[in-house]
Amino acid sequence: MTKQPMRVWPAEGASRAPYWIYDDPEVFRVEQERIFGQSWCYVGLAAEVPEPGRFQRSHVGDRSVILVRDKEGKINVLENRCAHRGMEFCRASAGKATRFLCPYHQWTFDLEGNLCGVPFKRGIHGEGGMPDDFDLADHPLRKLRVTNHNGAVFASYAEEPEPFERYLADPMRAYFDRVFDGRPLRVLGYMRQRIPCNWKLILENTKDPYHATLLHSFLVTFGLFRADQKSEVRLDPSGRHAALVSRHGGRQLTVAASEMASYKSDYTLQDRRLLDMQAEFHDGVGVVMMTLFPNLILHQQGNSLATRHIVPRGPDSTELSWTFFGYEDDDEALSTRRLRQANLFGPAGLVSLDDGEALKATQEGLRNARDACAVVEMGGRDREDANVMVTETALRAFFHHYMHVMGFVRAEDER
Amino acid sequence: MNPETLRGYALRAAVEDVLYDYAAALDEGALERWPFFFTAGALYEVVSRENEERGLPLALVRCEGRGMMIDRATALKEVLFYSPRTYRHFISNVRPVWRSEERIEAVSNFVLLQTLVERETTVLVAGQYRDTLVVEDGKLLFGGKRCIYDTTMIPNTVVYPL
Repeated sequence: MTKQPMRVWPAEGASRAPYWIYDDPEVFRVEQERIFGQSWCYVGLAAEVPEPGRFQRSHVGDRSVILVRDKEGKINVLENRCAHRGMEFCRASAGKATRFLCPYHQWTFDLEGNLCGVPFKRGIHGEGGMPDDFDLADHPLRKLRVTNHNGAVFASYAEEPEPFERYLADPMRAYFDRVFDGRPLRVLGYMRQRIPCNWKLILENTKDPYHATLLHSFLVTFGLFRADQKSEVRLDPSGRHAALVSRHGGRQLTVAASEMASYKSDYTLQDRRLLDMQAEFHDGVGVVMMTLFPNLILHQQGNSLATRHIVPRGPDSTELSWTFFGYEDDDEALSTRRLRQANLFGPAGLVSLDDGEALKATQEGLRNARDACAVVEMGGRDREDANVMVTETALRAFFHHYMHVMGFVRAEDER
Repeated sequence: MNPETLRGYALRAAVEDVLYDYAAALDEGALERWPFFFTAGALYEVVSRENEERGLPLALVRCEGRGMMIDRATALKEVLFYSPRTYRHFISNVRPVWRSEERIEAVSNFVLLQTLVERETTVLVAGQYRDTLVVEDGKLLFGGKRCIYDTTMIPNTVVYPL
């Protein structure tokens, strides 16, 4: 039997993205192994499990895990798969427990994932039962490595994951800690949607400020995110993470705005409260959109704060779970602003609605176009930080990292 | 209209008329009419059952008054990008009661079907309306509407109002 030839990346390298990375089941399988099976992955907020016993279902890649706070107050991340027959035993999305009981054969696990009970372990009347050398200690739930960084919880399947300080290093860490500054968080609620596209398209979409200045006419029209605003794209040295930073400008027609077909100069809001934003960060930055490879988008847009957790379900299906939050010390006016500005985001968002629709249509467009590729040359062909919004530098940085992790080689390197 | 003059089946029929007119306007795509089923200060919210049950305040859509509804309707008609679609509302199990001399509270079930280009018709969301209705100029208007949707995972996007 001949081995299927390894796929080859276009010779141009990171300024091209071959469409087979978005719909090939084999690529998806390898990603689960090499990316989601190795990297630190976002799993939730410490505020979702505020006290011992509280648990919350989550995902690492397409695998179900449980985020749980144990009796000592430590947060554990356990695979939601019974050590006996593999049942996904935790069925509720969240709750409080003193231990986990698998309904199938009632194997019982403590909140650290250790097996603490097996019914009929000694059999009945001397018949049946487990072998004498069966040791409960040998059969815990799969325990992931965990880091709780100022209330944001990350987990890794790797036995020895990369040091977290290297995974989230400056300058990304500084942007992340701007929001996760150690203040206790308050969860405001969830939005959940299944976008019929590959998981990378969602991540890439948030690394691409070029589209935001064009597709998102609502943002453009009201000066929330516009090509002519002071802005920056900051990259992680590895290329995997990025931060798009923008300062709000007023609404004024400029040369740049006139190039946007989507700019509606005659559209005014009846109720300005939707966009009435309160300065709450000392640096005055209106928007910071962060992508943390491989599965987290952190947004701060005005007073709206949310994590967007990417759960890949298949080559062309991805769940996006949005957790909106504020701080415990928010006053009512600020809480109301956060709730009101949430109108812009999620599956019905006046901004994010465009994304869901565009990503679905993109996946439909690239289906079965495996010999074609995306052209990613806005802002040049390099992958350096930029001080402009009309750039795809963060995409090139991402593809560069992705090729490396996946072991894909360029056509010319192969010869 | 008051608790003495509008009772029993007549009350239910009156509330059903409002709900069916509301659904017809949305199904016809007459978004510009949508805000005028509400009083000027009405709160319109679309909330997931998950948030509702966990006591979390976040709404998927939150319009505080008719102005915000008009803004959303205008954005949908003139600004946003989305693929063409048809929505069709089915409303049933309507149960109204007078809560005061002026205020009716009504719960009902809804199912919203979605049809996209070159696609079969599918269920987008299902859930419950929790409405407050008041009489204004001899007409019943929504003084508040909470659309609690059961659907834990939304199939991509919710474009038009529920």
